[in-house]
Amino acid sequence: MDKRKVYPQWFLILPLVLYVVFFLFPSLLGLFYSFTDWSKMTSKNGLNFVGLRNYIEIFTSNKNYANGIANTLRFTVISNIVKIIPALFLAIILYEGLRGMGVYRTIFYLPSIIPFVIIGILFTSVLNYKNGMLNGFLEAVGLGFLKQKWLSDLNVVWKSIYMVDAWRGMGYVMTIFMTGLSTIDKSYYEAAKVDGANFWQRLWHVTLPLMRGAIMINLVFGVTYGLKVFDIVYVLTNGGPGHATEVMTTYSFQLYGTGQYAMATAFNSILLCITAIIGILIVRGMSRKGEA
Amino acid sequence: MKRKSNEKKLTAEVVLKQLLCICLSLIVLAPLYLVLINSFKTKSESARMQLSLPTQWVFSNYADVFKKAKLMTGFTNSMIYAFVSTTAGVLLCAMAAYVLSRKRTKINNFIYYFFICGLFFPVNYITLVRVFQWMNLTNTRLGIILVFTSAMIPFCVFTMYSFVETIPKELDEAAVIDGANPTTLFFRVVLPLLKPTLMTCFILQFMGVWNDFLTPLYLSSKSKLHPMTMSVYQFFGKEGSNWNYVFADIVLTVIPVVAVYGLGQRYIIGGVTAGAVKG
Repeated sequence: MDKRKVYPQWFLILPLVLYVVFFLFPSLLGLFYSFTDWSKMTSKNGLNFVGLRNYIEIFTSNKNYANGIANTLRFTVISNIVKIIPALFLAIILYEGLRGMGVYRTIFYLPSIIPFVIIGILFTSVLNYKNGMLNGFLEAVGLGFLKQKWLSDLNVVWKSIYMVDAWRGMGYVMTIFMTGLSTIDKSYYEAAKVDGANFWQRLWHVTLPLMRGAIMINLVFGVTYGLKVFDIVYVLTNGGPGHATEVMTTYSFQLYGTGQYAMATAFNSILLCITAIIGILIVRGMSRKGEA
Repeated sequence: MKRKSNEKKLTAEVVLKQLLCICLSLIVLAPLYLVLINSFKTKSESARMQLSLPTQWVFSNYADVFKKAKLMTGFTNSMIYAFVSTTAGVLLCAMAAYVLSRKRTKINNFIYYFFICGLFFPVNYITLVRVFQWMNLTNTRLGIILVFTSAMIPFCVFTMYSFVETIPKELDEAAVIDGANPTTLFFRVVLPLLKPTLMTCFILQFMGVWNDFLTPLYLSSKSKLHPMTMSVYQFFGKEGSNWNYVFADIVLTVIPVVAVYGLGQRYIIGGVTAGAVKG
């Protein structure tokens, strides 16, 4: 059978064109523009190269831009830890055959199908200081001293964002772990039990190694989601109070809004580089596994 | 004796686990219940954000919101964006994944990883606005649809690629011997067999487009192009103090995705990149 004829190469043309024109090309163009003074004034003043000026501005200006980068990285690490570890144990608990497993799984998955915008709006209500459900609940059960200004107190606001993010995403992570668990042959556990392995030993020596695929997927999705996070921060705090919860994408959107296009694309280009490095590492790991 | 104490420990463990799951379920459901129940209250009662039943059921909130929030426009736009871009994206990606998976030449392997890189990269919306100006796509539905379709290529190709491997190559050979040309072979023989992965991708991407906020935020400055997520956000900005309206708007916006989820649940749970999870 002649592979060249049976599997037509032209099947690839349209996806490649779309992917390049609307996905890759804008990113590369952004890299180019990040070395210019592109702004809403460009139509009058023309486009000039400014070298690294935009990047220097981001890292040295007094506008806290660098803090936005740090916040993005911190969000990526913490939000994933907060979701992945509890989701793993939850998946194991459900998978070991708890009654009502199907119902719980559906309930836990439910928040992840709701748009982030709506979750943001909903939680501005739940976290409202005066009338919000959370403070109301704390008061009702006698824990009133734990009441917080969830979205305006500098020391609490990030915790609130992590909490809302975990509320939305944990069920999704858990579902992927459950899919991973379902691929593990039960006889491994029986053998481990015969050998007298306790829960932690079984987790470490059987479950985790055999769930590499599921862990990988959760890490890839979690890390890329964390680096690109926008909606939930934008709607919940809009970067506030002050600039405390600003992330790279919210800064980029603001700069775009004020017509500083080159600065905005410089932010996007930094994000592109960070994701590219992480992406290349992960894709390399995947392709090596494919060869083995 | 020993076995008995063991059983007792087991039941205590089960009770604890059940309690944990019930508590977590309540944490998940309480905010959703809050939205639903307060959407039937009067303005002043909903502002107190209580979980109690309404003293007076105001069903007209929904009719009011439907008119005020321009829900019909939002719904139509969301439907067009999600349906057209996802149908096109899933079909194109199936064609690409099929060729890439079956014919593993050097160049095709490169193209595969080239696509996969997109899983990580962010879309640069600022320069995309510029590209739209060059191509006369500014503020058009077509432009927005093309962006959504392009953005789903990495995920769909990644998911479908490993699924194509599970379909035996002998089928292709048999069809070719029977005289099928390459296009018929793909559309008549292979595509129907890809149904599970097509469904998984379709449902996940449909919900993804429906829930997306960033793309229309950058690319549609005209409100007649806004999908539901944008109309709900703008409505919140305008009527933020009328929580009864905001909550009713939320319910109406969420119903379609919940319906799609309900219909396609069996394809998602277990189907989420099952191929890759096994890998």
